[in-house]
Amino acid sequence: MTFALAMTALQADPVGIAGERAICDRRGVLYFPELRLLTVSDLHLEKGSSLARRGTLIPPYDTGATLLRLQAVIADYQPAIVISLGDSFHDGGGAARMHSSFRERLEALMAGRDWFWVAGNHDPDAPADLPGETVRELAIGSLVFRHEPSAVRVEGEISGHLHPCARIVQQGRSVRRRCFAGDGGRMIMPAFGAYTGSLNVLDRAYAGLFRRETLMAYMLGTERIFAISGSMLRPG
Amino acid sequence: MRPDTLARGAPLCPAGHLPHKGGDRLSSLISPIANAEKEALSAELLISLLQGLQGEKEGARSPFVPILLGDCAAPRYLWRVTEQPRLAEQNAAAHLPEPFLKWFAQKGWSPRAHQIELLATAQAGQSVLLIAPTGAGKTLAGFLPSLTELAGRPGRRPGQARRGIHTLYISPLKALAVDIERNLGKPVEEIGLSVTIETRTGDTPAHKRQRQKLAPPEILLTTPEQLALLIAAPDARRFFEDLRYVVLDELHSLVTSKRGHLLALGLARLRSFVPGLQTIGLSATVAEPDELRRWLVSQNPPGGMAELIVVTGGAKPEISILDSEEHVPWAGHSARYATPEIYNEIKRHKTTLLFVNTRSQAELLFQELWRVNDDTLPIALHHGSLDVAQRRRVERAMGENALRAIVATSTLDLGIDWGDVDLVVHVGAPKGASRLAQRIGRANHRMDEPSKAILIPANRFEVLECRAALDANYLGAQDTPPLVNGGLDVLAQHVLGCACGAPFRADDLFEEVRAAAPYAELDRPTFDRVVDFVATGGYALKNYERYARIRLNKDGLWRVSNPRIAQQYRLNVGTIIEVPALNVRYVRAGSKGSASRGGRVLGKIEEAFLETLTHGDTFMFAGKVLRFEGIRDNECFVSNAPGSDAKVPYYGGGKFPLSTYLAEQVRIMLDDRQRWKKLPEQVADWLRFQADKSVLPKRDDLLIETFPRGNRYYLVAYPFEGRLAHQTLGMLLTRRLDRAGARPLGFVATDYALAIWSLADMGRMFRARKPSLSQLFDQDMLGDDLEAWLAGSWLLKRTFRNCALISGLIEKRHPGQEKSGRQVTVSTDLIYDVLRSHEPDHILLQATRADAATGLLDVSRLAEMLSRIQGRIVHKHLEQISPLAVPIMLEIGKMPVHGEADDTLLMDAATLVEEAMGTK
Repeated sequence: MTFALAMTALQADPVGIAGERAICDRRGVLYFPELRLLTVSDLHLEKGSSLARRGTLIPPYDTGATLLRLQAVIADYQPAIVISLGDSFHDGGGAARMHSSFRERLEALMAGRDWFWVAGNHDPDAPADLPGETVRELAIGSLVFRHEPSAVRVEGEISGHLHPCARIVQQGRSVRRRCFAGDGGRMIMPAFGAYTGSLNVLDRAYAGLFRRETLMAYMLGTERIFAISGSMLRPG
Repeated sequence: MRPDTLARGAPLCPAGHLPHKGGDRLSSLISPIANAEKEALSAELLISLLQGLQGEKEGARSPFVPILLGDCAAPRYLWRVTEQPRLAEQNAAAHLPEPFLKWFAQKGWSPRAHQIELLATAQAGQSVLLIAPTGAGKTLAGFLPSLTELAGRPGRRPGQARRGIHTLYISPLKALAVDIERNLGKPVEEIGLSVTIETRTGDTPAHKRQRQKLAPPEILLTTPEQLALLIAAPDARRFFEDLRYVVLDELHSLVTSKRGHLLALGLARLRSFVPGLQTIGLSATVAEPDELRRWLVSQNPPGGMAELIVVTGGAKPEISILDSEEHVPWAGHSARYATPEIYNEIKRHKTTLLFVNTRSQAELLFQELWRVNDDTLPIALHHGSLDVAQRRRVERAMGENALRAIVATSTLDLGIDWGDVDLVVHVGAPKGASRLAQRIGRANHRMDEPSKAILIPANRFEVLECRAALDANYLGAQDTPPLVNGGLDVLAQHVLGCACGAPFRADDLFEEVRAAAPYAELDRPTFDRVVDFVATGGYALKNYERYARIRLNKDGLWRVSNPRIAQQYRLNVGTIIEVPALNVRYVRAGSKGSASRGGRVLGKIEEAFLETLTHGDTFMFAGKVLRFEGIRDNECFVSNAPGSDAKVPYYGGGKFPLSTYLAEQVRIMLDDRQRWKKLPEQVADWLRFQADKSVLPKRDDLLIETFPRGNRYYLVAYPFEGRLAHQTLGMLLTRRLDRAGARPLGFVATDYALAIWSLADMGRMFRARKPSLSQLFDQDMLGDDLEAWLAGSWLLKRTFRNCALISGLIEKRHPGQEKSGRQVTVSTDLIYDVLRSHEPDHILLQATRADAATGLLDVSRLAEMLSRIQGRIVHKHLEQISPLAVPIMLEIGKMPVHGEADDTLLMDAATLVEEAMGTK
């Protein structure tokens, strides 16, 4: 898909990260048209069964739901490269626990493209019996992909881990949404998994990661992305 | 004897409880019942209006007529007086042991007829429901069977096995249990009984609970949650093996909630432990006593009922509506206009209890009263969000009669006796006739003295509602809500609790559960699905067999799969779900809380409200005007705000929707000009003006007005069905209007009316029958439209959260770790989305929809309304706003506008940025 076509068809906004143009998709994935590269973060597959092991029997459909959404974005962009930016599985045993039907669906998605599993804190090791290459981090052009944002500022770093969300108050009403958080230099991606919670970008966990003056939250709307200036954001 | 002296009579136990300081009054008169012969002369004059309307005269009656309805087949409301005239003293002698008679004699009292009646019924082996007004000595009546039986029991000889609990007393409030312990102790001591009485609540220290397990008291006073815990313990059957009676206080308030469902299941369990168990229910007057009678006994075989004793009479309350000199506002809920007049009433009385419907109204009224409190009268504030220590201080001061007035929300509704209240002021409309009666019962708390109350309508519609409620109270009408079927989420919790106690056989547990009245209609497949849910989550995708919480063993018994499950269960028991709230803590102005963390905690406020505040905003809380400084680690920091003007804590509308009964009364009043005479002149004028400019709806009609205003077109409907039903109707109508091309922009709903505004001229559309109003209001909106809207509605998500927590799908608490409200909210919303799209028929979604239909959405009421108004819609197309429409039009902008506007808000914020950045 060409850049212009992608912009109109997907109602997505272009952002610049260290000179590379990317699309923040409202479904929570980042696409680099020139590189035909799709990035998705914090899938947390098999979170349901992970909690079930400890007696919390939440619906076992999260893996299915997450894969279905992933399938839709991959169908739209047809990327040559997919990077899953860590915490792809909720725990180290997740891939082994995965229902065979889900495994087959995941493998079908992976077929015909380069697929990278970036190691996350939940899944430091390669997922059991799945294709794709497991890496600690990955550099492509001026971009660096890793799970946890580094404490030192790195231009062009794409990371996840923190599950950013943002909150604004308009007309006395509060709206909280998952978001991409970026300052033009680095970008932290929202969590993609069906059961993943989120943490406000103004939380202390993000201290020092962004240049406050240029911080933007790209909040996920139902139809499109909303780019909100950092000065409008509220904690909590 | 003159009737008026009789009417005042001589209460055995004033104040609704046993005699205690300040409440005891020795009587020069003998109990009315003891004087039955003399009363016969004056009985005609004393028959209450209620009896006159619903009963048949059958000989002479005292003002306190005990009525025993022994025969289940007898039609309801056939009032029958047993054995008239009756010599209560003889009767008392037959049923009361000697020490009790002596005690009564020493005090100069006689037992009341209903107390002896209840005792006799219990001694005959029957369960019984006692319905009596506040101050009738219900509590002593409830305990007499236990006390007399315990008095006659030989003491335990050394070496003899320890005896278990004899009587279980269950009340909805911890405080009530503590109150009873104090009040019961005194007569027990004076009569010379050696009966052990103890409380067991969430506040009871662990070592005491442990001791109670080993050496149980004879009478245990506790709450529904503690009962659930006790029956989930492995030794439950043995612990309760000596149980004779369960006394259930304030039964009318317990049965209508999920707590009542849990309690009903607990009772069923107790009955399976001790088949001969007797229950004694104590209740205020309710609309359908038979529902409670069935609730008290096993429904196996179906239809069984406890005996019924009704105490009628008592003095008619003196209730008035404030006929204000001031202008009664069109809209709003503050009743600020009446503050000086309320203050004057406080000055003229000893102690005034001021009831309001919401916490924010309480804060506002409190501020307003202090603004005019030139005599610095001790006026206090009491509501459930305040810090416990603060509440206890107010309660103590009230008990000592040190206060002149207390502004309170419903926390004081239940029967705790605090000092000598001689006036009840009800600010805002009462929303239900029964609720009004119960609140007014707080004044004096002696059933034979008239309670005095003043109603303060906050706006014009509330004047109508107060008038209707007042007429209803005089007629003795009751509009307590009907009982609903037991929740499946509660059942799931109970099933796990049973398994924690002892292994169970599904067949047996099903029979046991069906014996509980709320679950009498439960079918076996649904029960099995609940058990399946408890075991593995009950999903179509059988993925969790290996993680099952309970397992079916080869011997046909379900067992808990590991001890950790029982531990988790104990931490999550109960059906009360707290709204996520943050502590409100004082800090120095300007500090964001980093330096001075040591400030005092004032109480808790809902997160949802705090989220709308920005640094520097002011609001009222705990009787103070506070400045919002920030949120840090689950605490909200505030400082004292200069000045006294504040943004009030949000007004979420009345907590209780207008009852169906009162709604109908209001409609009847609008249609009946004769009744306008009782209304204040300015309100009657308002109605006349409406008849002139538009039309007043007939009692069964639905009036719809359309008119243009500004650059908008408005539709105002007057269904009078309560805010919840109107909100649901508003959601559905805007969807339909949108499809019809009316371009609706938003709506607001009050208890009385619904207003929708749009860009297109709706009036013209209706006249062209594109669509017609009957199409628009067709009942089919409750089909697909409702489903489609519900799916994404936050209302359903909130309901689902409650069901998920109660059913044990997710935990309220982990051992040693508290989850914050937000984490729970986020995850249940996500779970809801996933479950709905993958297994829409899951049992928990079924439970959620059932809750929503009666709860937040009030779909059932909306359905009744839509069917009632078929062919009865009256459309008035006006040039301009009508007088009746003014109140709701004034709410626009004050109340949150409903609609799926979240993205619109984001759009606004994003646009501002785009403009500022020059990208647009």
